[in-house]
Amino acid sequence: MIAYLIRRIFYALPILIGVNLLTFALFFVVNTPDDMARMQLGIKRVTPEAIEKWKEQRGYDKPLLLNSAASGTDKMTETIFWQKSASMFVFDFGYADDGRNISREIAARMGPSLAIALPTFLIGLIAYVSFALLMTLFRGTALDIAGVALCVVLMSISGLFYIIGGQFLVSKLWHWVPISGYGEGADALRFVLLPVLIGVVSGIGSSSRWYRTIFLEERSRDYVRTARAKGLSELRVLFTHVLKNAMIPILTGVVVVIPLLFMGSLLTESFFGIPGLGSYTIDAINAQDFSVVRAMVFLGSVLYIAGLILTDISYTLVDPRVRLS
Amino acid sequence: MKSILAVLVSVLLAACGGQWNNPYPAGDAGQAIFYTAFTERPKHLDPAQAYSENEYELLANIYAPPLQYHYLKRPYQLVPLAAREMPEVRYYDAQQRLLSADAPSQTVAFSVYEIHIKPGMRYQPHPAFVPENLHLSEAALRPVHTLADFAHTASRTVTAADYVYQIKRLVHPQLHTPIAGVMSEYIVGLKDYAAELQQAVKAHPAGFLDLNAYALPGVEVVDDTAYRVTIHGKYPQFTYWLAMPFFAPMPQEAERFYAQPGMQERNLSLDWWPVGSGPYYLSENDPNRRMVLRRNPHYQSETYPVEGEPGDAATGLLADAGKPLPLIDQVVFSLEKETIPYWNKFLQGYYDASGISSDSFDQAVQVGVSGEANVTDAMRAQGISLSTAVATSTMYTGFNWLDPAIGGSSERATKLRRAIAIAVDFEEFVSIFANGRGISAQSPIPPGIFGYREGCAGRDTYVYDCVNGEIRRKPVAEAQRLLAEAGYPNGVDAKTGQPLVIHLDTTANGVGNKSRLDWMRKQFDKIGVQLDVRSTDYNRFQDKIRRGDTQMFYFGWNADYPDPENFLFLLYGPQGKVKFGGENAANYSNPEYDQLFMQMKNMENGPARQAIIDRMQEILRHDSPWLWGFHPKNYVLQHAWLHNVKPNIMANNKLKYWRVDVQQREALRQQWNQPAGWPLALSAALVLLSCIWLWRVLQRREEG
Amino acid sequence: MSFIPVILWSDALVFLLLAAGIIAARYIRRHEHLRLPWRRVAQSGVAMVSLLVLALFTTIGLLDTLHFRTALPQSSSGEKIYSPEVLSVLDKGLEPLRTQTEKTYSAPFALQLYARESVTDEAGQIVREFPRLQYGGAHLADESQRTADVLQRGLIGALGGLIAGVLLVWLLRARLQLRSLRVAVPAVTMLIGMVASLAAVYHVLGTDKVGQDVLYLSLKSIRTGLIIGTVTTLVTLPLALFLGVAAGYFRGWVDDVIQYIYTVLSSIPSVLLIAAAVLMMQVTIDTHPDWFETSAARADLRLVALCFILGLTSWTGLCRLLRGEALKLRELEYIQAAQAFGVSSLRILTRHIMPNVMHIVLIALVMDFSALVLAEAVLSYVGVGVDPSMISFGTMINAARLEMGREPMVWWALAAAFGFMLILVLAANLFADAVRDAFDPRLNRS
Repeated sequence: MIAYLIRRIFYALPILIGVNLLTFALFFVVNTPDDMARMQLGIKRVTPEAIEKWKEQRGYDKPLLLNSAASGTDKMTETIFWQKSASMFVFDFGYADDGRNISREIAARMGPSLAIALPTFLIGLIAYVSFALLMTLFRGTALDIAGVALCVVLMSISGLFYIIGGQFLVSKLWHWVPISGYGEGADALRFVLLPVLIGVVSGIGSSSRWYRTIFLEERSRDYVRTARAKGLSELRVLFTHVLKNAMIPILTGVVVVIPLLFMGSLLTESFFGIPGLGSYTIDAINAQDFSVVRAMVFLGSVLYIAGLILTDISYTLVDPRVRLS
Repeated sequence: MKSILAVLVSVLLAACGGQWNNPYPAGDAGQAIFYTAFTERPKHLDPAQAYSENEYELLANIYAPPLQYHYLKRPYQLVPLAAREMPEVRYYDAQQRLLSADAPSQTVAFSVYEIHIKPGMRYQPHPAFVPENLHLSEAALRPVHTLADFAHTASRTVTAADYVYQIKRLVHPQLHTPIAGVMSEYIVGLKDYAAELQQAVKAHPAGFLDLNAYALPGVEVVDDTAYRVTIHGKYPQFTYWLAMPFFAPMPQEAERFYAQPGMQERNLSLDWWPVGSGPYYLSENDPNRRMVLRRNPHYQSETYPVEGEPGDAATGLLADAGKPLPLIDQVVFSLEKETIPYWNKFLQGYYDASGISSDSFDQAVQVGVSGEANVTDAMRAQGISLSTAVATSTMYTGFNWLDPAIGGSSERATKLRRAIAIAVDFEEFVSIFANGRGISAQSPIPPGIFGYREGCAGRDTYVYDCVNGEIRRKPVAEAQRLLAEAGYPNGVDAKTGQPLVIHLDTTANGVGNKSRLDWMRKQFDKIGVQLDVRSTDYNRFQDKIRRGDTQMFYFGWNADYPDPENFLFLLYGPQGKVKFGGENAANYSNPEYDQLFMQMKNMENGPARQAIIDRMQEILRHDSPWLWGFHPKNYVLQHAWLHNVKPNIMANNKLKYWRVDVQQREALRQQWNQPAGWPLALSAALVLLSCIWLWRVLQRREEG
Repeated sequence: MSFIPVILWSDALVFLLLAAGIIAARYIRRHEHLRLPWRRVAQSGVAMVSLLVLALFTTIGLLDTLHFRTALPQSSSGEKIYSPEVLSVLDKGLEPLRTQTEKTYSAPFALQLYARESVTDEAGQIVREFPRLQYGGAHLADESQRTADVLQRGLIGALGGLIAGVLLVWLLRARLQLRSLRVAVPAVTMLIGMVASLAAVYHVLGTDKVGQDVLYLSLKSIRTGLIIGTVTTLVTLPLALFLGVAAGYFRGWVDDVIQYIYTVLSSIPSVLLIAAAVLMMQVTIDTHPDWFETSAARADLRLVALCFILGLTSWTGLCRLLRGEALKLRELEYIQAAQAFGVSSLRILTRHIMPNVMHIVLIALVMDFSALVLAEAVLSYVGVGVDPSMISFGTMINAARLEMGREPMVWWALAAAFGFMLILVLAANLFADAVRDAFDPRLNRS
């Protein structure tokens, strides 16, 4: 197990390097360091000297990938790519273009992101599984058909409409929760309620349908038929056998997203003014703040790989036949 | 589902009695707090670096430069803030001989401004004034995460040397001061001083740069409360700069404090945590969520103005005359990136005042019979009132003077530009996109600035007619005629038969901009010209402007100070963007105009200056290098509980004059935010009923 | 009036897709075992009604894909000069809707603008009132006649549509065996008839901020949505198919390389990847304005590029799926046997493995379609969607979002985008379900 983990982490390195190279390439094809300086320095009274000074201070005055002026290993290391990438692998993200420390910012923003994403995930999981179970229980009846139809309709609606509609009804018409913003401590609860509710509702369609398929598949297996033949009630069959065995595909499908919960949700956070990592990412895209974008890409990749490893581990936990080698 | 609802109900009830949707902590209730929003996190709070509107909104209340604009009087007038009285100017010729005040500007070689500051002004409480905090060890800094984590703070008296120190900071090698270039032209010795500092930094890149170790001849400390600034030539606009945070005092302790190792990585820097002597100080700074200004306990130097414009007493603006400022204890800025939540929160009473975006405008404002704006009946019933002022800015569309098709002074191009100027109906633009929040421009100079002329006399005679004493846009037929004369009958090149296509560059990429571009296209359709809109990102746009690779482009200019020079220089030849990297993005150049500009620049306001400006405007209108566009109007909507609000475009330090009636606010908020109970009851009932129904179905099945 | 046909990049790709679709359909018709699952689809009422709706949308999209430029009337020198404005057959058909623009907002069926304006009345007084629309309901003298007129026109149109629909069903009675279709066809034609008859004189769905007809905008959005949903698969498909199958079949270093590529791509948060790629593409387009003869060509290339970028970032999921399937298939006896006989790898891949994963590909494609249509709206919100001058559901929603804050609220643009999108995506989802049910051997069809 330990050996397996070490090997997986070792495998992750080339992937992270690839990710890093790709973001670097994509970004600097678009933007020259001069562009970044101009973006940051604003529109009024910007002189070429100011731009040079800005680049020099942030270390953007070096060549991008290869420094032909330097000698030896400096050819590689005295470049923007090396200088900005190397520290990333020890999770030192440096400073954003506006001079703030990125690691601190990420640490501060993770909380609000999790406060939205975690409840959405957990409540969502419970709600979707219960709804799917309900549909399975009433398989073939009007309830099942109506449920599936509802799912299809719900998943055909753009996520934007859920947010716009939810904000309009709940906050504006009914005055239930603040329209946007975020609070500290227990106060945060009021701000989190609506985004979580919307997050759960917008996922009902596709997820419940997926779980329903899994349950139905499980229900058609032989052991279920045997159990039913033994005279167990439908309800008991469903909960003790179907649910338990369906947990394997559900868990393994779900575990991979858990680490990504840290990244927050782009849309929800920016609509509700929640100071999380999702809105940080959007802001960075709009401001073309390279340092932040690549820090977020790096973090996202690390978390994704962590999710893959977690999935492997969860396989061994739910299914003893699987061994990690 | 049931559990969610149960949690919902209990939490909401527990949270805040009547107002479930109050976005502020319960502890705020009953305090004299002013609530407002910021839409974009400020990039700089260092007075040497900050330059944009949203930064000044905070900074102007924190720092106290020598001068300020009078809050109530119009036209805008400078009055002392930290200065004891208006600075006196003495003129000298090249041989250092004193000249009389009315000496012709060509003979003036130096102007000397002597500024006396009020004695006994004190800085905000700040850890930098505690001597031990200037030598912090790594260990001492470990528990520190924000500025509030320092146990001790102190203050000290503001001295003239602090003002001088800040002027020196304008050319600090590690800072980017937008006006460093302009000031180096004027302040004697600043350019050499900057070079000297540059050398010093090269020699000791790691050490703390002590600005006082190097001499700046143009700026000298006279005594504790007076300093002197020497300027090349005559530059009457210099006093305007003295009202900006660039010239606020800066204690050297602050720089030493933040220069310590470990500060920068904790986001502790002058750029995030100002050290000022103004009415407020920044007590909480979370740019992701909110910023809080608190009253500076040591601020005693100012009282509410006792005189204003004639109508001010009647509207209650002088009710607080003579009271010590500031009147509000605390100001909370919340981050609000989207307009709709901002607007809705204002309506719910959670913001005390609101600028209004065009889309919410119909709800708020109806233009009265005589054309003045007023709030709708629904809002008047809520007690909301409105005040307006034309901004000292201009939103224009420039033609690139260097473009072979549309630029240059040839008669063909001039007629083409005039035809477009008539076709693009900015009155309609203002009514659709700004709901009448603006007036169509006749030249770069907005109303309220010297040189602007009201009514028919000030119209662009090439675009507008005068009908019964009112300005009326010329008919489209006139534009079509001009277009034909230019050689493009009905938008088709008479020589080649090719249709005329004109490119417009904009950065308009985001929400709601599509309709603007559609509208623009419609305008060109009127005269049969094809408009090709190329919207690009900001960087590319800048790049195109710099290379002169455009035909038409959208731009705007916000005045630094209320002087026509600050607008007319946007078309001054030697400011050309492509050739000289200046601010003249249209690259317009006309020798007569340039010569008149140099003449007008340093004149005192008066009939002679007006005559030159009139001539300059006539040249511009004839050549029409811009579509003048419009001057936006700023509107402020305020709730009944907010007092002493008068729009003032130049002053950013308005917060200190305002007053909030807390009881009234509390009562009205309570009344406006009654949560709707029926949807809760309804959904609870629905859930309950379906549970019962499901249960029964299940039972029946089990039995059967 | 003479014209010159214009084939934009996206048009060419659509035609390519269409041709591929027709060839595939003919191939399937000739092979009984391939026809079988489609028979099952054809027997499902829901699927066929969805298909009817999709076909309607596709027709609109195709009409909007036939582009041309008209000749300018006055050309002094003999040669023909064409207007730089690129129009489509749909634009021509909806000419009145396209050109009859009002000044600003007006509600559905309204006779007046939605905002007051200062007007000088007969007495020379300036009054604030709602001015009459230039086109919408211009034939009516005043408000009181409207209800009767709307009813009358609506009824006539509906009747006409119904008759045409019934006639159509009767003509095709041999083919239309399903009862649901026999009901759906007249219902759809009735709706079309009604809307067409009303749209001639009213703005059925109102007008937007600059007075454009919302119905026209919605119809134009359809093409954008369809292209995003279909052209993207042109990129996804070959990549996912070849790489996925190759990785699973060859294993070893091929597998390692392919796995590395898709892990790298899929580990980057997709919005960021798309944003970066879109920005890059935009810069390329901006720096080469000379590539494009018309602004339509520029907007179009941006759309195509967006499809490619979406394709490049979304093939990884399908690729992983196919790799797994290929891993399983290669262990099967007949493939082992083929290998033993020395059949070339390429042949095994194309003859034996690929046909056996086609059902997975098909299911993935139909399922992806709706996701892509929805994604366009979100990307436009983030600012990396289609060209702002392009009419799409995303740009409509974006503009309409701000209108929610107005009071009285401007709801129709948002409602129209919502309605059209819902119908399109719902039909696609229902059809995809039917296809999956028909093709997926794992599903029990009890």
